[in-house]
Amino acid sequence: MPETLTKFIFGRLTLDSLPLHEPIVVGTFIVVALGGVAVLGAITYFKLWGYLWREWFTSVDHKKIGIMYMALGLVMLLRGFSDAIMMRLQQAIAFNGSEGYLNAHHYDQIFTAHGVIMIFFVAMPFVTGLMNFVVPLQIGARDVSFPFLNNFSFWMTVGGAILVMASLFVGEFARTGWLAYPPLSGINYSPDVGVDYYIWALQVAGVGTTLSGINLICTIIKMRAPGMTMMRMPIFTWTSLCTNVLIVASFPVLTAVLTLLALDRYVGTNFFTNDFGGNPMMYVNLIWIWGHPEVYILILPLFGVFSEVTSTFSGKRLFGYTSMVYATVVITILSYLVWLHHFFTMGSGASVNSFFGITTMIISIPTGAKIFNWLFTMYRGRIRFELPMMWTVAFMLTFTVGGMTGVLLAVPPADFVLHNSLFLIAHFHNVIIGGVLFGLFAGIAYWWPKAFGFKLDPFWGKVSFWCWVLGFWFAFMPLYILGLMGVTRRMRVFDDPSLQIWFVIAAFGAVLIACGIAAFLVQIFVSIRKRAELVDVTGDPWDGRTLEWSTSSPPPAYNFAFTPVIRDNDAWWDMKKAGYRRPLSGFKPIHMPSNTGTGVILAVFSVALGFGLIWYMWWLAALSFVCLIATAIGHTFNYHRDFDVPAAEVAQTEEARTTLLAAQS
Amino acid sequence: MASTAITADTAPVFHLEEEHAHAEGGSTMLGFWLYLMSDCLIFAMLFAAFGVLGGNYAAGPAPKDLFDLGLVAVNTTMLLLSSITYGFAMLTMDKGRIGATQAWLVVTILFGLAFLSIELYEFAHMIHEGATPQRSAFLSSFFTLVGTHGLHVTFGIVWMVTLMVQVARHGLIEANRRRLMCLSMFWHFLDVVWIGVFTFVYLMGMLR
Repeated sequence: MPETLTKFIFGRLTLDSLPLHEPIVVGTFIVVALGGVAVLGAITYFKLWGYLWREWFTSVDHKKIGIMYMALGLVMLLRGFSDAIMMRLQQAIAFNGSEGYLNAHHYDQIFTAHGVIMIFFVAMPFVTGLMNFVVPLQIGARDVSFPFLNNFSFWMTVGGAILVMASLFVGEFARTGWLAYPPLSGINYSPDVGVDYYIWALQVAGVGTTLSGINLICTIIKMRAPGMTMMRMPIFTWTSLCTNVLIVASFPVLTAVLTLLALDRYVGTNFFTNDFGGNPMMYVNLIWIWGHPEVYILILPLFGVFSEVTSTFSGKRLFGYTSMVYATVVITILSYLVWLHHFFTMGSGASVNSFFGITTMIISIPTGAKIFNWLFTMYRGRIRFELPMMWTVAFMLTFTVGGMTGVLLAVPPADFVLHNSLFLIAHFHNVIIGGVLFGLFAGIAYWWPKAFGFKLDPFWGKVSFWCWVLGFWFAFMPLYILGLMGVTRRMRVFDDPSLQIWFVIAAFGAVLIACGIAAFLVQIFVSIRKRAELVDVTGDPWDGRTLEWSTSSPPPAYNFAFTPVIRDNDAWWDMKKAGYRRPLSGFKPIHMPSNTGTGVILAVFSVALGFGLIWYMWWLAALSFVCLIATAIGHTFNYHRDFDVPAAEVAQTEEARTTLLAAQS
Repeated sequence: MASTAITADTAPVFHLEEEHAHAEGGSTMLGFWLYLMSDCLIFAMLFAAFGVLGGNYAAGPAPKDLFDLGLVAVNTTMLLLSSITYGFAMLTMDKGRIGATQAWLVVTILFGLAFLSIELYEFAHMIHEGATPQRSAFLSSFFTLVGTHGLHVTFGIVWMVTLMVQVARHGLIEANRRRLMCLSMFWHFLDVVWIGVFTFVYLMGMLR
């Protein structure tokens, strides 16, 4: 009886599920636990819980939610990068009969976790955070269309991240590679909890991503300030719109395909099994119908960042605005017509492969147009090589190489040789690091003063920049060479000693990148210490061109005391040129949404639901599901979701800024 | 008290004098449409899976052995009628007649429950005959597609009950009208999806 009771309560979770036999994991756990206790202790000691709960966790302010997304991305970057450098070290030493220091069971989890974390919990939160923070400011809105939904989306993303992190210490993560292809990810070949962690982490986070996509589309369509026609929107807003269209039109596919995989594993259906008529290749098709748009979801907003940065730091209107918009839209559409290039070797035949090879090559045309637009914007501009601009130039050099290797891979016969090789690994890191990550660093350096009211320290920023750029080239150029020599991905040990030197060079590159990350953290720390020196009172530190620079840094909760009227592209530039002066009186009460803790509560229940399903604790799953539905329904009974900021309070806030501005001049 | 920028008619206008209120719930319809389209995509994937796997019987039962078109026709009628009665609920809502609206919603719920009961009977019957979701890829995709639709209908009914309580408590206020409108779109959307299921799964299944 006690045994059945234990089984009922804990499902398949036992003491053996804790990876106590893995010294590396135990060590990590001790470090994370100590760090966690220190952070929680500090928050308690400084009595910050109430502040965090009231001002941040329950906040529906798009700026705060954006900043929280960025913080999540940064934390998860550290985890994802730890996985990366462990793999680099393993591959650099596992030669000449050495097994390295990671056993196969652990190594396979690491490469899976690295991919999953970097895409879903680093790149996605960073990109979503940036869009959340910037878009409403750029279109002259007070908040997003659905502020509560925004908070809920964020916490669902956190929930997914918590499940992934939990898998490190309770049980294990998938050993299947980041897309979990069946039949390997089926119940027969992966009977343990790893794939279930994968499924439910992505499902929980996926809900958040889809809802945030809907939210931002509505915001951009419905909340633009008067006068801002579609073709007057800043390019970052345009690329955000396209990205969110891609999110809404692709994440449901991921939800569906993961549900089918879950049914195969939990119910015993035969969607992707080898027998009873199942078809594993259907999984590969479906997941890449999500997966290819996903890479454009990641890169498009950063194309927007580069456009804003190039134009601002060249002191010129963006060259070819209209062509930039059309190029973005064309990429959006084409991104749905190329998914099969991820598995040319499936054997779909020459005609199908040719079609997808050609559509893939065509995507390089609008992308190339963008590169030329940026170059022509810089041409005869008065370029200021501030940090965001440096990242942009490094991006153009690096990304172009990655784009060209992509076109090489788009040729089906070449792909038959390079498929699943390190050449492919080098290619997509080339575009994701060289494009997405460089863009994020450009964006962070560019909008940090807007978010916090002081610039980032340029010296440590440059240290970080050079470590990242050089580190990237050292880490991934050897992989191109190895890939051409036929080395496949996801290998743990190697027989041919002549390959080792390339892996050692790649590991050196990874160490440089580690320095880059460290320098970035130092940069933030130093900047906070030196914030008095780096302060920006004007709200417009870069002589910006778009609306977000017209308000104070950091902006008040309501963003703009008066709704701006837009007369041209580069609205703020136009206002400055036309002799704009800040209004000092006539403030009206402003209608704003109220904070709510419902998002946090719903996400907690979702995590509990996921955890229950992963460990077959059916009571927990059922209970948390009921609580989830009840809380959601309960929330709809609250009809009072907003309040008015009194005119006097607006006047007071604006008056404070007037005093500051006067003190500076 | 006017802002300093506006001193003459010719001076450029940089901002609105009055608070520019985006009507509350102004984005809700668009947002709900977008949600419906994302849900539609989930159904599209399930239809695609059925399209690929629908003929893989694995030497098990085929549609002709399992489907009772008469029963499905009755079921389809239930759902279509529920859509019509929801339409009547919306018409009475427009006239502000709370009692009639609530009554039509009750009728809609009853039709919805009838639909679900018949569907569950059909499922139970099939499983009893050994045609379980595990039996073949055809049955896996059949049960998943039809079952997902059924879950949506169940959710719609829970939602309808919730809204009836809210209408009873607060009347047909603007927020409640908006909510009923969203549910209306959801309910009709499920009807459209069912037309696809009826045609693609049942009728064409019988022709295989």
